Amino acid sequence: MSHRTVDLAARCRGLVKDFVSGATAQRVLDGVDCDIPFSAMTLLVGPSGCGKTTLVSLLAGLLDPTAGEVMVLGTDIGRLRGKSKVQFRGRNIGFVFQQYNLLPALTARENAAVPMIINGAPRRRALEKSTELLERVGLATKADALPKNLSGGQQQRVAIARALVHDPRLLLCDEPTAALDAASGRTVMDLLRAVAVGPDRAVLIVTHDSRIYDRGDRMIVMADGKVTATLEEKSMFAGHEQTGAT
Amino acid sequence: MAWLAIKMLVGDPVKYLGILFGVTFATLLMSQQIAIFVSLLKRTASQILDVHDADIWVMDKVTRFIDEAPALPDQDLYRVRSVPGVVSAVRLVYSQLGARLPHGGYRTVILMGLDDPSLSGAPTRFIAGSLQRLREPDAVVVDKAGYTYLFPNEPLELDRVFEMNERRARIVGICEASQPFTTLPVLFSRYSQATQYLPPNRNLMNYILVRGTPGTDQQVLCDAIEAMAQTGPRPLAALTREQFAMKTVNYYMESTGIPVNFGITITLGFIVGLAITGQTFYLFVTENIRQFGALKAMGVDNTRLVGMILLQGFVAGSTGYGLGIGLAACFFEGTAHVPALEGFGMFPGLLVGIALTVMAIVTLASLLSIRKVLVLEPAMVFR
Repeated sequence: MSHRTVDLAARCRGLVKDFVSGATAQRVLDGVDCDIPFSAMTLLVGPSGCGKTTLVSLLAGLLDPTAGEVMVLGTDIGRLRGKSKVQFRGRNIGFVFQQYNLLPALTARENAAVPMIINGAPRRRALEKSTELLERVGLATKADALPKNLSGGQQQRVAIARALVHDPRLLLCDEPTAALDAASGRTVMDLLRAVAVGPDRAVLIVTHDSRIYDRGDRMIVMADGKVTATLEEKSMFAGHEQTGAT
Repeated sequence: MAWLAIKMLVGDPVKYLGILFGVTFATLLMSQQIAIFVSLLKRTASQILDVHDADIWVMDKVTRFIDEAPALPDQDLYRVRSVPGVVSAVRLVYSQLGARLPHGGYRTVILMGLDDPSLSGAPTRFIAGSLQRLREPDAVVVDKAGYTYLFPNEPLELDRVFEMNERRARIVGICEASQPFTTLPVLFSRYSQATQYLPPNRNLMNYILVRGTPGTDQQVLCDAIEAMAQTGPRPLAALTREQFAMKTVNYYMESTGIPVNFGITITLGFIVGLAITGQTFYLFVTENIRQFGALKAMGVDNTRLVGMILLQGFVAGSTGYGLGIGLAACFFEGTAHVPALEGFGMFPGLLVGIALTVMAIVTLASLLSIRKVLVLEPAMVFR
């Protein structure tokens, strides 16, 4: 299945990333081509060190490519610089991290409001919106709890609410279920599908967790800094699992 | 973002209290020590600053500070009176001598012998008795702290007698006077009376108190007096009240170890405050580094992060400063009636200076941490 540019949340072409240390350069991505379409939950899988994190960092504009093109929501994010890049990221991209990275001093409601506040929204409006999001992820009763008083699954749900509170069109998730048990992991994935996937919205999930492969719509398989396969059929995901993505 | 910065700061009570402790400690130590230091040095010039009815002090040119003034002949008094612009010039003897107390005790006292007709240089605030009674035979006025020094734990009582140079002295007034550096009692008497108490000398007057015509530039008058003295047998120095006070203060600054001693304590206050604040602030930022990384990833640029950290420093600094100044004020309020510390306290310039120093401490502490945040790679949140 192919996607026209207009249907794509993100597109990489000939993407190269070298990490330079002293006189030596290590090539982590070596000519990556991939598409992240709207209305789909795309899984990015592959063994450790294959370049998944680097690819997602490039898509987020957290790193600059050595060569190649990274189009995100129609913008070449690799060419953006300074404040314009930070603002683009703040407005259009949501993040869910493996370690949640919630601010320990803030309640669940306040944590979820942070991206809106970063984007300049009034605090009251941001807190109202974060309360709505917490209701959608089933944490209305825990809105005033501090992260230390929440379970791992609950913290991840707060992180999802935070990632979505400013209505980003691209959601990047890094191992969102790695620290959760199987049931919680599936709940989080279902939640992501329910609240983040939609027309004009896309989700990219970096994962090692084969237990959630069946929740994805597409799968990009990486190895040694290259995309080795893009699987469009769920039936093929299990086969990939057997071949050992990790 | 200010809200977020402050929430992050106060949300970790242990570290916040650690930072507050550092700033409060530094503020308390520096403000208290500087206040004591300045008050102590000011005491060296207390008897100069207490004289409000003279603009200029004239003395022998070799005088280095108030306690070391050679006697002047009466001729100098007349010469000063002849200088145009001088409205009045009166004699003053300032000396230290021994006092024999009724119970047999012995105390060194400061005696200020005032010009008989004008009583120029006399105290103005009396707790008991009056200035008029100074004209009685054997009359002396003593400052309140000095009275308790002479007669410890005894009620303030007039007409008590003691001896100086085997001459009777009778207390006819108890006044308020700024404490001298040595905390010795300050006695006031008529000049003619003082000559009875002091050992016999050809000359006794060691200062001439001068008032100029209203509107006269004091410095111009000082210059005129000194110029006149150039033609005489010995050169004189004419200094305004503030200049002479500063000269005396400078003598103590240069000739004693007091500035070094206080300087070390004040520097220690600064260093310890900076060390505690800096280290705690650094730990605070280090332990939140992933959160700062996440904020960077979510769209907070370096400028805003620096602003957040500086705001956190400012809030912690302001709060710690308020606490430290409050504690120092409590100290001075609580010791206001201790004779040795009477009159000690903070002053506006000190408050401003300490505020700037505290802000320097928290800014330095913040800068130590800011570097770590500035070089933070936001992609680290994915690792």
